[in-house]
Amino acid sequence: MKKLITLAAGTATLLGSLMATNAMAATTLESVKEKGHLQCGVTTGLPGFSQPDDKGNWTGIDVDTCRAVAAAIFGDPKAVEFTPLTAKERFTALQSGEIDMLSRNTTWTLTRDASLGLNFTGTNYYDGQGFLVSKDLGVSDAMELNGATICIQAGTTTELNLADYFRANDMEFNPLVFDTSEQTVQGFASGRCDVLTSDRSQLAALRSKLADPSSAVILPNTISKEPLGPVVRQGDDQWFNIVKWVLFAQINAEELGVTSENVEDMKKSDNPNIQRLLGTDGDMGDKLGLPADFGYDVIKGVGNYGEMYNRNVGPGTPLDLDRGLNALWTEGGIMYAPPMR
Amino acid sequence: MNEQTLPLKPSRSKPWNDPRVRALFFQLIAIAAVFWGGWALIDNTLANMESRGISTGFGFLDQSAGFGIIMSLIPYDATYSYGRTFWVGLLNTLLVSGMGIVAATILGFLIGVARLSSNWLIAKLALAYVEILRNIPLLLQIFFWYFAVLRNLPSPRQSVDIGGLFFLNNRGFYMPEPLAQPGFGVVTAAIVVAIVAVVIIKRWAKKRQLATGQVFPTVKVGLAVLIGVPVLAYLAAGGPLQWEIPELKGFNFGGGITLIPELAALWVALSLYTASFIAEIVRSGIMAVSKGQTEAAQALGLRSGLTLRLVVIPQAMRVIIPPLTSQYLNLVKNSSLATAIGYPDLVAVFMGTTLNQTGQAVEVVAMTMGVYLTISLLISLFMNIYNRAVALKER
Repeated sequence: MKKLITLAAGTATLLGSLMATNAMAATTLESVKEKGHLQCGVTTGLPGFSQPDDKGNWTGIDVDTCRAVAAAIFGDPKAVEFTPLTAKERFTALQSGEIDMLSRNTTWTLTRDASLGLNFTGTNYYDGQGFLVSKDLGVSDAMELNGATICIQAGTTTELNLADYFRANDMEFNPLVFDTSEQTVQGFASGRCDVLTSDRSQLAALRSKLADPSSAVILPNTISKEPLGPVVRQGDDQWFNIVKWVLFAQINAEELGVTSENVEDMKKSDNPNIQRLLGTDGDMGDKLGLPADFGYDVIKGVGNYGEMYNRNVGPGTPLDLDRGLNALWTEGGIMYAPPMR
Repeated sequence: MNEQTLPLKPSRSKPWNDPRVRALFFQLIAIAAVFWGGWALIDNTLANMESRGISTGFGFLDQSAGFGIIMSLIPYDATYSYGRTFWVGLLNTLLVSGMGIVAATILGFLIGVARLSSNWLIAKLALAYVEILRNIPLLLQIFFWYFAVLRNLPSPRQSVDIGGLFFLNNRGFYMPEPLAQPGFGVVTAAIVVAIVAVVIIKRWAKKRQLATGQVFPTVKVGLAVLIGVPVLAYLAAGGPLQWEIPELKGFNFGGGITLIPELAALWVALSLYTASFIAEIVRSGIMAVSKGQTEAAQALGLRSGLTLRLVVIPQAMRVIIPPLTSQYLNLVKNSSLATAIGYPDLVAVFMGTTLNQTGQAVEVVAMTMGVYLTISLLISLFMNIYNRAVALKER
């Protein structure tokens, strides 16, 4: 009988705990502060965006976006732990709370925004889908790709755009879908497919992984809009605002000419915009639940948007990508952040 | 003397002291707890998903999928629904599992018998096969067959050409495809007739052998009927078949039947890997048959081939079938490694792309789990029915 009572008590506890999870958890900011670090979802390895080196240090524009948020919260850009995720895994990881934010070259679409319980906080890279083909093929335009075998990564908008594009142009193709970008490149390198399709920035990154990068060319066609940016769970407005405004702070900093190098001097600036950005005036941080000088910490720790871009994907890096659309609005691009006031 | 007699019946115990009532009571409680727990789990999941703004339900199955799949056994293109992608994936899984089970069984039996061969070389080769293949992780073997072998095949324009009909390149193996023309129904009917005829002949031959002791060459005659009748019908109907021969156009070959490298690699890897386990099962099954059985068969003058086929294997089957069932189940479940090399099986197509495009994780995963459970239970059921049929019947 004693055994039975223990069993019944155990069952009751189990069921009780099942029901209890229904209760509201702490806010994301509180739980991040309690953990002492930010848990950030990134790619499994994409040069320029998020890539671990041989010592396990992550670098890339998406990684820097995570570091900037960590710098805003803790004043320490290193207070981040990274979770490498495939395209297939990323949303479930965020929905289930395994990560606090996703910063993984993810395209902002209506379906994802509206039906997955997610919020896109902004765009840290404006991209578009393109095609990488082997030079031997002698193809110079995507319209010549009828009947081609195409390598794609699973679970991406790329997969859908591709089908749309070929259907709209009355062409056929054989899609070969792989789990990770590594496998996709291998499929392309082994000659299993004629074409590799992905966002243009990724193509540049993936091409740099080929044994002979000059053996492949990126076709001039861009077949879609791919605004890439960080994602958070829906239902926590404070956290949504924090991730959103950290990126805006970086963009505004570039516009105001504040860099990680001159940020100390800029603290003494009497430009009210800079004062609000760096927290020497106003209570911008307070409104977000962050320290008053979160903007200073972000710029000091990670730099402004332009620095982040040039360091990871800009001219001189292996990716060597022009600013293009990603230039500030004042310089012919569409990078535009709402004012901090 | 007023002797007190013992009561005939034990005194009626109270219901809560009756073990049967108590057992029933606690089982009811347990069932109720399980159902309540399950309900709580589902309710909780739904509530949490709703509070986070994640849409639920199976409505997504009717929306158009909008992505391509390289290989499908039923008509499919990007305009079909997500529900269709489920069937495409499921059929691809069943195809590779079925092909794998057939190949692994045949190979496994051959190797298993070879391990017991009195020929030293054959026995040691079979041993090496088993020890190597069953000890290397399946995923590595799949990668080996896919990437290492694929990389050495020529590109479509330099294809290996076999008689202008078959072509082999790094995009697959291309074969002519038979297209049925009007009048092919006669041939189909002839095939059915031939099969029925073979069954009748076999029964008659067995009856005659039991009655007279004369052996009828069933196999030879059966094969002749099975091939001859349809061929005659085919010629009589005026050859109602057209062969579509693959030809190089643009990037690749078109027309004909294609065996894509993803399917080939997965099939080969699954078959070779599972065959090594089946070989061990067959060997242990044969060794479980008492040596006296072989000796008795030899004493009757049966040749070793007949001894194996008529005396040893039928008895070994009883030992072989239960573990063989597990290997079949493993093979089906292992086929989900397809996703690593881009073969569009259920896990890759449905639990991969469809899940990701719709975001309906709970529904999609539940459906996929349901499918694997169903396939496994069906295999188990059929193997158990077969096992009962061949089991030792003691009369």
